[in-house]
Amino acid sequence: MRLELVKRPQHSALFSAVSPFIALALTMIAGAIMFSLLGKNPLDALYYYFIDPLRETWSLHELAVKAAPLILIAVGLSVCFLSNNWNIGAEGQFIAGAIAGGILPVVFPHVQNVMVLPLMLVMGIAGGAAYAAVPALLKARFNTNEILTSLMLVYVAQLFLDWLVRGPWRDPGGMNFPETRDFHPYAVLPELMPSAGRANWGIVFALVAALILWFVLRRTLKGFEIRVLGQSPRAGRFAGFSASRMVMVSFLISGGLAGLAGISEVAGTIGQLQPSISPGYGFTAIIVAFLGRLNPLGIVAAGFVLALSYLGGEAAQISIGLSDKAARAFQGMLLFFVLGCDTLIHYRIRLAHSAPSKRTDVPQPSEPAEVA
Amino acid sequence: MLESILITIATAATPLLIAAIGELVVERSGVLNLGVEGMMVMGAVTGFGVTVTTGSPWLGVLAAVLVGAAFSLLFGFLTLTLVTNQVATGLALTLLGLGVSGMIGEAFIGMPGIKLGSIAIPILSDLPYVGRFLFRQDPLFYVSILLVAGVAWFLFYTRAGLTLRSVGDNHDSAHALGISVIAVRYGAVAFGGACAGLAGAYLSLVYTPQWIENMTAGRGWIALALVVFASWRPWRVLAGAYLFGAVSIGQLHAQAIGVSVPSQFLSALPYLATIAVLVLISRNRRLTMVNTPACLGRPFVPAR
Repeated sequence: MRLELVKRPQHSALFSAVSPFIALALTMIAGAIMFSLLGKNPLDALYYYFIDPLRETWSLHELAVKAAPLILIAVGLSVCFLSNNWNIGAEGQFIAGAIAGGILPVVFPHVQNVMVLPLMLVMGIAGGAAYAAVPALLKARFNTNEILTSLMLVYVAQLFLDWLVRGPWRDPGGMNFPETRDFHPYAVLPELMPSAGRANWGIVFALVAALILWFVLRRTLKGFEIRVLGQSPRAGRFAGFSASRMVMVSFLISGGLAGLAGISEVAGTIGQLQPSISPGYGFTAIIVAFLGRLNPLGIVAAGFVLALSYLGGEAAQISIGLSDKAARAFQGMLLFFVLGCDTLIHYRIRLAHSAPSKRTDVPQPSEPAEVA
Repeated sequence: MLESILITIATAATPLLIAAIGELVVERSGVLNLGVEGMMVMGAVTGFGVTVTTGSPWLGVLAAVLVGAAFSLLFGFLTLTLVTNQVATGLALTLLGLGVSGMIGEAFIGMPGIKLGSIAIPILSDLPYVGRFLFRQDPLFYVSILLVAGVAWFLFYTRAGLTLRSVGDNHDSAHALGISVIAVRYGAVAFGGACAGLAGAYLSLVYTPQWIENMTAGRGWIALALVVFASWRPWRVLAGAYLFGAVSIGQLHAQAIGVSVPSQFLSALPYLATIAVLVLISRNRRLTMVNTPACLGRPFVPAR
C-alpha cells in the first residue's frame, strides 16, 4: 500500500475553494491532540483559541489590530510568491519601515503639525521598500539567492533597531529603559473608534491594499505578467516580460507594504520604538499568504484567522494556563496542512497496491521552480 | 593563545559544519530543504531535554539525531509524496520547529545543562601547537570531520553516491534507469535531518550547555548559505564553516576586549559576511552553473 498521485486533467475548482478549510479542520484536530498531550481539555483549549476572542467588541478591535500588519505584509508577499520570488525577510522590512518612519517623531520631536503623520507613512513605505531592494538588486544583478539574503537582513535589522533604542535614540527622560520617547500626538495613527477599542487606521490601509492588489493581479496586464513569470519564466520571456525587472517590482511592493505595516504598528499600536516591535508578523504573514491561496481577498480572511491564533494564544494562556508558545506551534502546523491540502487541487490521491498500475497518460512534471 | 582561539573557532564552526554537510547531501539529491533551522532547533531542545532528564548526554545526542530525522521526514512526506513546493514547505518546517521547540523547551529554561566532555587521544593530544586543537576536543568535533570525509568519499567514490548525484542532476533519466528517485531522496532528506538534529544537540550540549529559546539564532540559514558557498563540494564546506566560525569568534573577542564599535554591529557581522560571501560566489555564474545540482528544487512525479 502506498500513496500515488494522479494528475488531474485540469485543476480542481472545488478543491481550490475548500482546501484551506480542510487544512484548518485538520489543524484543529492536530491541535486538539497536541492540547490533550499537554494535559489540557482539548475542547476548552479550542474554545479559548477560536471562540472566546470573538465574543466582545474590544477584542474584535484587538483582532483588527493584529490582522492589519499580517494582511498588509501578506498581500505584498503574494505578489512575490506568485512571481516566484522568495522574499522571506518581511520581518526585516517591517522593522526598516518602523525605523525610517520613526525618524521624524524621534529625532525631530519639535516638528509638530498635520504633515508629520503622512510624511511618516511615506517614509515607512520608502524604508521598507529600500530595505527590500537590497536582496532584489543582488538577485537581479548577481543572481544571489534572495531567500538567504533577505533572511539574513532580518537579523541585521533587529540588531540595528536594538542599537538605536539602547543608544542614540533612547528616551533621555526614560529612566534608562531601552525605548525611544513616546510619539507626540501628531505622530500617532488615530484609532477608528476610540470609545470601543484600539483598532486604528492600519486595518483600513490593509483592506485598501488588498483591494488594490486584487484588482491589479486579476484585471491588469501587470497582474498577468506577474503570474506568467511565476508559473513559467520561459513563457514570460517569449512574451517579452523581464524576469529581473519583476524581481525588483515584487520586492519593492512587498517591502513597501511591510514598511507601511511597520510604521503603522509603531505609530498606531505601540506609540514608540522598542527593541522588539513585532511578534514575528513578517514570518506569520508567510502562512497568511499561503492560507489565503495567494489571492489578496483570501488573504484578508486568512489574516483574521491567524490574528485569532495570536489572540487565542493569549486567551488560552490567561484562562487555562496554556503556554503562549503553543500559538507558534499551531501556526506552523497550519502551514503544513495548507501546503499538503493544496496538492489535492492538482492531483488525485489514491492508495495503490505495491505493483504500480499500468497507465498510459504520462503526467507532466510541473514547471521547474527556479529557486537555487 | 593561538591554540585556544583555534579551539573556540572549532566550537563555533562544528555545528555549522554538521548541519551544512547534511544539507549538502540533501541538495545533491535535488531537494532543497529550507527547514534546517527548524530541525536544528528541534535537535537542540531534544538533546537538552533528554540529557537533563536521563543524565546522559549521549542519550541526548542520540535522541536529537532521531528527532531531527523524524522531523525531516515530515518535510519529505510533503515534498516528495505530495509534491508540495519545496521552498514553502521548508519554511513551514522552520516555523513549526521554532514553535514546537519553544513550547517543549519552556520547562527547561534556566536549568543547568550537562556538557558533553572532551576526549583526548593519547600521545597525539600532547603534540605542540596543534595537539589540543586537533586531538583533545569534544566527541562531536571528531564526528564532524569524519562526516565530511565520509560524505566526500560516499558521493564521489561509491556507486550509491553516484546514484544519489544522478538523481539530483537528472531525475527523469535516473528514473528511466530504474532508480527509485523518491526513495533516494527520502534517504537523503532523513540524513540531512539527522545531521541538523546533531548540530542542534551540539549547541545545547557543547557550545552553551543550556536551553535558550531560538538558540540556533539563524545558524541553520547560515548552514544553507555554506552549501552554496562551497558550491556543493564537501571539503569546501569544511573551509567555509571554519571561515564563519572565525568571523563569529572574532566578533565575540572584539566585544570582549571592548572595541569601540557597538556590540550590535559586531553581532551583525556573521549575517553580513554571509551576504557578502553569497554575492561573491553567485557572481561567478560558471562556477555555480557547473556545480548546482540541475534538478535542485524541482518536483518529481514518477511517470507510470
